[in-house]
Amino acid sequence: MLTIKNLTVKFPSRFGDFTAIEDVDMTIKPGEIHGLVGESGAGKSTVGAAAIGLLQSPGYVSNGTLTLGDTDLRTLTLAQAHKVRGDRISMIFQDPQTSLNPLMTIEDQLIETIQAHSDTSISAARKRAVGLLEEIGIKNAAQRIKAYPHQFSGGMRQRVVIALAVSTDPELIIADEPTTALDVAVQSQVLDLIQRLAKERQIAFMLITHDIGVIAQVADRVTVMRKGRVIETGNTAQVLGTPKHPYTQALMDAVPALDRKIDRFRVPDVGGTVSTLGNFAENWLLEGQLHDLTGLSLNNLTVRFAGPRTSFFRKPPPYIALNNVTLNIKPGSIMGLVGESGSGKSTLAKTITGLITPSHGTMTLGDTALPFGKSRSRHHPSRQLVQMVFQDPYSSLNSRHRVCDVLTEPLWFYGFVKDAKEREKLAVSMLSLVGMQPEAITKYPHQFSGGQRQRIAVARALLARPSFLICDEPTSALDVSIQAEILNLLKDLQTKFGLTILFISHNLAVVRQMADETAVLRNGKIEEVGETHMVYTAPKAEYTKSLLALTPVMPTYGKI
Amino acid sequence: MVYFILKRMVQSVFVMLAVAFLAFSLFRFVGDPITQMTGVETSVEDQERLREELGLNDPFVYQFARFTGDMLKGDFGFSYRTRQPVADMIANRIPATFELGVAALIISLLVGVPAGVYTALKPRGVLTQTILMTTLVGVSIPTFVIGIMLIFIFGVQLGWLPTFGRGGTVQIGTWESSLLTIDGWRALLLPAITLGVYQLTLTMRLVRAEMMEVMRSDYIRFAMARGVPMRSLHYKHALANTMVPVITIIGLQFGGVIAFSIVTESVFQWPGMGLLFLESIRFVDIPVMGVYLVVIAFFFVLVNLIVDLLYVAIDPRLRIRDVS
Amino acid sequence: MIAFVKRYEGLWLFVHSPAAIVAAIFAVVIVLGAVFAPWIVLVNPYDLASFSLFDGLLPPVWLDGANPKYLLGTDDQGRDMISSILYGARLSLVIGLSALTIAAVLGVGLGLAAGYYGGRFDAIVMRIADVQLALPAILTALLIDGIARGILPAAIQQDLRVAVLTLAIALSLWVNFARTARASTFVQMNKEYVQAAIMMGQHPLRVMFVHILPNILGPLLVIMTVDLASAILLEATLSFLGIGLPADSPSLGTLIRIGMQFLLSGEWWILWFPTGFLVVLVVSINIIGDFLRDVFNPRLR
Repeated sequence: MLTIKNLTVKFPSRFGDFTAIEDVDMTIKPGEIHGLVGESGAGKSTVGAAAIGLLQSPGYVSNGTLTLGDTDLRTLTLAQAHKVRGDRISMIFQDPQTSLNPLMTIEDQLIETIQAHSDTSISAARKRAVGLLEEIGIKNAAQRIKAYPHQFSGGMRQRVVIALAVSTDPELIIADEPTTALDVAVQSQVLDLIQRLAKERQIAFMLITHDIGVIAQVADRVTVMRKGRVIETGNTAQVLGTPKHPYTQALMDAVPALDRKIDRFRVPDVGGTVSTLGNFAENWLLEGQLHDLTGLSLNNLTVRFAGPRTSFFRKPPPYIALNNVTLNIKPGSIMGLVGESGSGKSTLAKTITGLITPSHGTMTLGDTALPFGKSRSRHHPSRQLVQMVFQDPYSSLNSRHRVCDVLTEPLWFYGFVKDAKEREKLAVSMLSLVGMQPEAITKYPHQFSGGQRQRIAVARALLARPSFLICDEPTSALDVSIQAEILNLLKDLQTKFGLTILFISHNLAVVRQMADETAVLRNGKIEEVGETHMVYTAPKAEYTKSLLALTPVMPTYGKI
Repeated sequence: MVYFILKRMVQSVFVMLAVAFLAFSLFRFVGDPITQMTGVETSVEDQERLREELGLNDPFVYQFARFTGDMLKGDFGFSYRTRQPVADMIANRIPATFELGVAALIISLLVGVPAGVYTALKPRGVLTQTILMTTLVGVSIPTFVIGIMLIFIFGVQLGWLPTFGRGGTVQIGTWESSLLTIDGWRALLLPAITLGVYQLTLTMRLVRAEMMEVMRSDYIRFAMARGVPMRSLHYKHALANTMVPVITIIGLQFGGVIAFSIVTESVFQWPGMGLLFLESIRFVDIPVMGVYLVVIAFFFVLVNLIVDLLYVAIDPRLRIRDVS
Repeated sequence: MIAFVKRYEGLWLFVHSPAAIVAAIFAVVIVLGAVFAPWIVLVNPYDLASFSLFDGLLPPVWLDGANPKYLLGTDDQGRDMISSILYGARLSLVIGLSALTIAAVLGVGLGLAAGYYGGRFDAIVMRIADVQLALPAILTALLIDGIARGILPAAIQQDLRVAVLTLAIALSLWVNFARTARASTFVQMNKEYVQAAIMMGQHPLRVMFVHILPNILGPLLVIMTVDLASAILLEATLSFLGIGLPADSPSLGTLIRIGMQFLLSGEWWILWFPTGFLVVLVVSINIIGDFLRDVFNPRLR
């Protein structure tokens, strides 16, 4: 009963009109959960925003029809459109933290919303509100309703958001990445909730997400978009299991599997000749391998942070980020570190590189001890031997420096190459080795996509001739297909140069594909560590078991 | 929360001490108090004796402690110029400056906040553009020029309002107020507007910027998505959240009001603290200068403390601890 | 050419913003006039021998009784208005720019360091800033002036006038720079490129100036224009109050003070020409500042 035909949305800019989505068709029936999936820039959010009439200005609908039931959404006046919102269509967003007015209690926000759409007294509205919260799964609803948003945890907040959206009894709810910011366990609960609401209240959902696993788990039908156009649409089982369009196929190939490890991801062949430009850098790196493969060993590592001060007189209890972590990374291997947000993964990475000082424990690189953060001199050899690839490609490169400056910095800083021209030559060659064009050397980071920036980041790390590489969520900010390319790149480089890698991620499937051994981190403690295959197929710890069970996976749909 | 308040109070005390120290250094090291007070005829022995009596030969820390102690008791020393107790001189002038400052602040808030809200909600209207242009010019014209222009137009050419002094005043206890006579109001109008204009433009721009920022936030979008009526959206949701950071800045602006009152009082010959301060600078009357410093800092710190407490009262995030 | 303009968003916005263009033109003309004043004007208004009382109080050239040599008339001492204004603008600009530079260097330096090191150093800098803020700009400036008067012997006071004024204004402006630089630095410290640089073992000064500083220039640039306007206004206000530059080497503020004496007696040009000039100058700077703010914060457009 939501029918979209030939929808086209344009954004005027000083370079002319930018077409965000073009010729989009979609139908959603009552009670149906319709997944809208695509990579960044596909235009998924734009479709949702257009449907509810909340396009970011200066965007406008230039063509097409939008009908809800028998109401033509495009011909409504501003006031009528606003009436439809809430009454018949509602929308929820990604970040529960910023979706709620921090100054109003949940109760006030619920009552206000309920009263805006139906003629009820305050007490009746309050009763309905409490009922809703209970339905959503919040215990002690009558008391908790009087709380403020910041008093709820992330998952609870998202439930409150859903409660607010449902409180007006809409026919359709547009959910824009509703679980992306949530932990795996919470995500699972919220998805269950959405399914329940769809069935019991016959509310249709437009579920916008980039996570194919989520779609596989709850969506009835799915539409795949790319660069503003619809690529394919149909039943979930059919689209994900036997995709018709080559793009969908490639997308499915790129999704890392949770149940087995494959050698390399199948990525579409870009074509072109194999470049020999990278050989120069490759030889230079191999030359530098004066040392044997290096392992890293951590023993009883503990990191404590001062807690937030709440009283003048009492010292606050410390927050223990890492609790007696013992980990042994074998030389030349890849150790995967899995954990949810707040588990301490980044803290561990920062402690190894000296940005954070542990309170006790030991760290040994190869056969030399690693001094703690504050006492590690700026010229300590570990500064060069341990390098890191960071998570956010948009902030890991200094946007005011050219790629040339970024890449030649380690060469200059560590004194590897004295001549400036030689440095540049080496940098260009390294760019080729990571799969970039040599012309990139003169450009600025913002002229590149996320995946390309990560390649530059990897090149930078390699130009320091490291023996130990830490990858901290290197692909979490990337699209699934780009992620596959980068993971392939990392695998290739590791085999060629014998790097020892600590691969950190919250994505279990990705770690499965990359790591020889896996460690599971929870609240600063290592829950389990062992050979990857064993940890994934026969986990010992309860926590590992529940993590594996709750991760939304792609059913194999009869494939091998 | 209690911790937060205590922390702020300790910081305030620190600031006051620092300012007191500055004032004290002024007293001791700028010019010689003895020569200022006695003139050339007094003999060297007499000067030495005076020095001893006044305790000017005691160690530095001693003197500072005594200085602070005296201040807390209300003894601010004597003016070099008039030989009067500084405390009396300043106390005399406080009502005039205070009434002027409050009037200016009220004007700036009553006009600035609604203007800010309007220009934020209707960014492309003609009225908005006009207001923005006018405030831009308003911020660029020095306060004294505004004062001169107002005097010229309303005082000289039109002759409607008086151009200097406070007009008729009434004594209420120790407070000499000009608010109780029509004459007093007429005299207050031009200086208050002059002082208020600058604050007005700053407030308006601030409210506008904050409100536009708030209107783009997710919770506003979500409220729109669930059909919350626009009126409530603009005021209950957007404006309420806007005022939180705005209040802090208004507190800081109070300092500006006091500062610019110097200029306004000068232009209008308004007998307030500012004018006193100016005269004391001309005559290098160190005691008055130093004490003025401390008094101003005190008011500033006090206002900021109140603003911080208001902040806590309004924003539940500061009141109730985060449970997540 | 058009492609070039389109590429730099700032440039494109500038070309399409009539207010900014007009403001920039005015600002440039005024600055050029001030810089080249000695070569443009007839006489040096500071040279006491170059004017005489007989030429005093002459009206501008389009009124009766004017002397065509003095296009905008003369003041009570016989000084040519145009010369006085241009030389006055010169002084105002010199003081304003110098004060701004000192404040910027001091403020940004301290702000960067406070943001980088955090902890106790940050706390100390912030307390000092608090104290400075508790004393509003005019107050600080007046105080410094008062102190200078008290300490320096009368002989050098005149010569050091400009220096004292510049210092006083700089001290009242640095906090703005420090706070902004500090806040921006905090944001950058969480960015990964900074962590990468620190991790590598780079020297703190290098991290601060080679890595962080280029990324925080945006908001600093906006503050620079706004504070330049403030500095000029502050100097004018001080001169108006009689604490700034004296009548024999007047800045625009002094000229206005002199002119105010003639408010009621009819020689309006002595007051309103310098006033108009000052207002145009400051409005232009503020328009440019506003424009820069819009460029760096697209959401306010």
